[in-house]
Amino acid sequence: MKYLYYPGCSLKSSGKHYEISLLAVLQKLGIEVEELENWNCCGATNYMSINENYALEITARNLGIAEKQGGDEVIVPCAACFMGFLKTQKYMESESGIRDRVNQILNHSGLSYNGKVQIRHPLDLLVNQLGADALTRTVEMPLKDLKVASYYGCQLIRPYATFDDQWNPHTMDDIARAMGATPVDWPLKSRCCSGSMTSTMTDIGLRMNYVILKEAKSRGADVIITACPLCQFNLECFQGKISRKLKDDVRIPVMYFTQLMGLAMGIPAKKLGLKQMLSPSLVLN
Amino acid sequence: MPVNEEARVGFYICHCGHNIANMVDVTAVAEYAAKLPNVVLSRDYKYMCSDPGQEMIAKDVEVFKLNRIVVASCSPLLHENTFRTATSKAGINQFYFQMVNIRENASWVHEDKEMATLKAKDLVRAAISRVVFHKALEKKKVPVNPDVLIVGGGISGISAALTIANAGKKVYLVEKEPTIGGYMAKFDKTFPTLDCAACILTPKMSAVLKHPGITLLSYSEVSAVDGYVGNYHVKVTRKPRYIIEEKCVGCFACIDACIFKEAKFSDEFNEGLSKRKPVYIPFPQATPQVVLIDDKTCIHFKTGKCPQTCAKACDRNAFDFDQKPVVQELEVGTILLCTGFQPFDAARAPYYGYGRYSNVYTSLEVERLVNASGPTGGHVVLRDKSKPKSIGIIHCVGSRDEKTNKWCSRVCCMYSLKLAHLLKEHTDAEIYNFYIDMRTPGKGYEEFYDKLLNEGVHFIRGRVAEVSDWAINDHEKGKLVIRVEDTLIGMVRRIPVDMVVLAVGIEPGKDAQDIRRMFNISCSNEGFFLERHPKLAPVETFTDGIYIAGACQGPRDIPDSVAQAGAAAAQALALIDSGFVELEPNTAFITEELCCGCQVCINMCPYHAITFDDGKGKSHINEALCKGCGTCVAACGSGAITQNLFEDQQILSEIYGLLVE
Repeated sequence: MKYLYYPGCSLKSSGKHYEISLLAVLQKLGIEVEELENWNCCGATNYMSINENYALEITARNLGIAEKQGGDEVIVPCAACFMGFLKTQKYMESESGIRDRVNQILNHSGLSYNGKVQIRHPLDLLVNQLGADALTRTVEMPLKDLKVASYYGCQLIRPYATFDDQWNPHTMDDIARAMGATPVDWPLKSRCCSGSMTSTMTDIGLRMNYVILKEAKSRGADVIITACPLCQFNLECFQGKISRKLKDDVRIPVMYFTQLMGLAMGIPAKKLGLKQMLSPSLVLN
Repeated sequence: MPVNEEARVGFYICHCGHNIANMVDVTAVAEYAAKLPNVVLSRDYKYMCSDPGQEMIAKDVEVFKLNRIVVASCSPLLHENTFRTATSKAGINQFYFQMVNIRENASWVHEDKEMATLKAKDLVRAAISRVVFHKALEKKKVPVNPDVLIVGGGISGISAALTIANAGKKVYLVEKEPTIGGYMAKFDKTFPTLDCAACILTPKMSAVLKHPGITLLSYSEVSAVDGYVGNYHVKVTRKPRYIIEEKCVGCFACIDACIFKEAKFSDEFNEGLSKRKPVYIPFPQATPQVVLIDDKTCIHFKTGKCPQTCAKACDRNAFDFDQKPVVQELEVGTILLCTGFQPFDAARAPYYGYGRYSNVYTSLEVERLVNASGPTGGHVVLRDKSKPKSIGIIHCVGSRDEKTNKWCSRVCCMYSLKLAHLLKEHTDAEIYNFYIDMRTPGKGYEEFYDKLLNEGVHFIRGRVAEVSDWAINDHEKGKLVIRVEDTLIGMVRRIPVDMVVLAVGIEPGKDAQDIRRMFNISCSNEGFFLERHPKLAPVETFTDGIYIAGACQGPRDIPDSVAQAGAAAAQALALIDSGFVELEPNTAFITEELCCGCQVCINMCPYHAITFDDGKGKSHINEALCKGCGTCVAACGSGAITQNLFEDQQILSEIYGLLVE
């Protein structure tokens, strides 16, 4: 099985620590990945709302490159990229008009997408393919007594993904459990973090992040883990401001699930990008 | 085009109001047909199926000396019989008639009038070239077996069985569960009169058992059906109870004596809210009142190492651990299917938290909770034994929903009102109903709704988004929070409650598809059994002699199910009392001189209608069993088999007519 890897813009910038920790964990598990050559931005959700045609085309370009590069599966860690990829694949699979039009455009650069390369989220790969037992075997420092709140955000498992329960997802809980930690059961696992509203409509955006942080804390969580760069950014970077503004201390470490895994697997903190986090003082001691 | 000099064809094309005339140029088709060989007369008419339309045929036959009739109109399913009768009344053999369906096959399915007209002309030409070679045939009369099979012992099956048996006919009532009674037996009270379900149902159940005309085959399933209207052969598999039914008197001594001192297996009748033992009876009034052993949980069947304390406690020697399934064969003339429904599985609506939050219940579970003979003796308590102070009832779970089932289940608004009333009575809790629309058409139904409005029950209009235990203030702590858009005030609301009741909808039974195949009937898209006509033949099916009643045909409440059961019973009785059925003469027959006795046809026949006459060395077709499928005709290498209405000349001529202008 040849795995390709599509980082997307976030994993090269604000979510750099997601990339670093993901690659470290995959390496530890013996999974080799090859980064997609000359990839482009997926357009995120914004482009889809502005011009669906162009949005499908730029995502399909990445899929076309993946097919040309000869992979079986392309790993897409960012929740927004992952949804955009799945949406493009679904549209090209079920709408022959869209497929033909998009492929016509791709042909100009010698590319086409025919559904050969499958799109995979790392959570799917780790939990459904490798399995929790295989993950447990790699643990060097079990995260005993650590209570973990898994947070998926709104677009990772809905509406297209099928690898997890759309209403009560559990793959990150499975991982937390495999690492020796205790997942907390809470109902806001896939509630929206407000996306970019923290910058555009700050009051509402902060409020939406507040309820998530507050609920995770009140359920007794020591840490929130996530798989979305935007969620991680919102929940982590604004928590100081939220706590001051709403006069309620909701500060809690928010890390990528891969960072949590890396800690349990005994990977040194600096190889997990923990130093790049904005609130390092909150990182587990 | 093939010509038969003696044939004088009268051709009629129907407008069917605008149904046909809007998309097919009927005048052009009539003018075209007039010029075809053998056609003496060609007319178009607004409604051929009307009395004047039919009388026109009779008049024309007399005046123009017609001896063949072709009508181009709707589906033969709907009106072939009408026009055959009209042909016969006009003094011509009814099989000198041919029908062309230019509605379902042309006007309704096309958008280009010119092409639709062209297609209609082709179809008409084919029918005219065929009809000239038709032969006079007679329908055969076969006596009807007066015995009736009813499948399903819910309220519909019970009502139909009693009606038919009271008319003096013999009824076999087959029920797959160990007891009859169906879902109604689980209900506490019935809407809108609030009379006790058991009080009105159990007398009927025991009447079924006592009726000399009814043979009750409980814990049994139909495994094969053969034959035709008036003469069905049915095989019923009787599942082993491991108890000899005739010997058991329902003293329950065996249940007390079971090696399991405590009941520990999920009790199906109480929707899993209580436990039962491996030897059990579903509920105290079960009919027949005979215990049974669940061989999946019984120690004897699992390990073979049980002292069989149950059998020892039985002073009537009713136990038989070696019982095997037994197949019983029945001969009946008519069959009523009353196989019912299944409630929507609430886990398919995960946003309401069923199975995740222990205080989320289905409506059927609550029926058992409010029932005096239920798992809590009629005390409404939650799984932690506390009494709910606030209850939310969510309507349309698995109904009127794009994601699950699109249809309205018809009964949920009313039973939700009933449960609201009963829960209020039992707990004095605050009750909230979350509805999309209140649908209360029915005698006394709207008045019942009105009564509930005055009882202080809250009604919030809006489809609930989710149920969760996410509390945002102290008031919500420890409660289930129902999030809903209240569409009457235009706001999202959060209603904290102690208990959530999901008003689950009605779905086709899980074995509906198997039953449909076995009895050779149709289903509508959603899986409910299809009636012959939604308005004019609501209990008949497309298979003669097989009728449907109750919720297997679509969601319906008890009064409607009983009414439909009566209608189905009346249809069966009408057929029985007519004494005979007429069979289509489209059967196959063997020309003995040509038959070489190779017997290839015998294995081909799916209906076992062909036998071999050893004396003559020829095959023979039993016309009463032949369904006219034509398989043997095609298989016969000697060309010795002919099928009425499908003779080579008729078919070839029809094809010629279709292809050659």
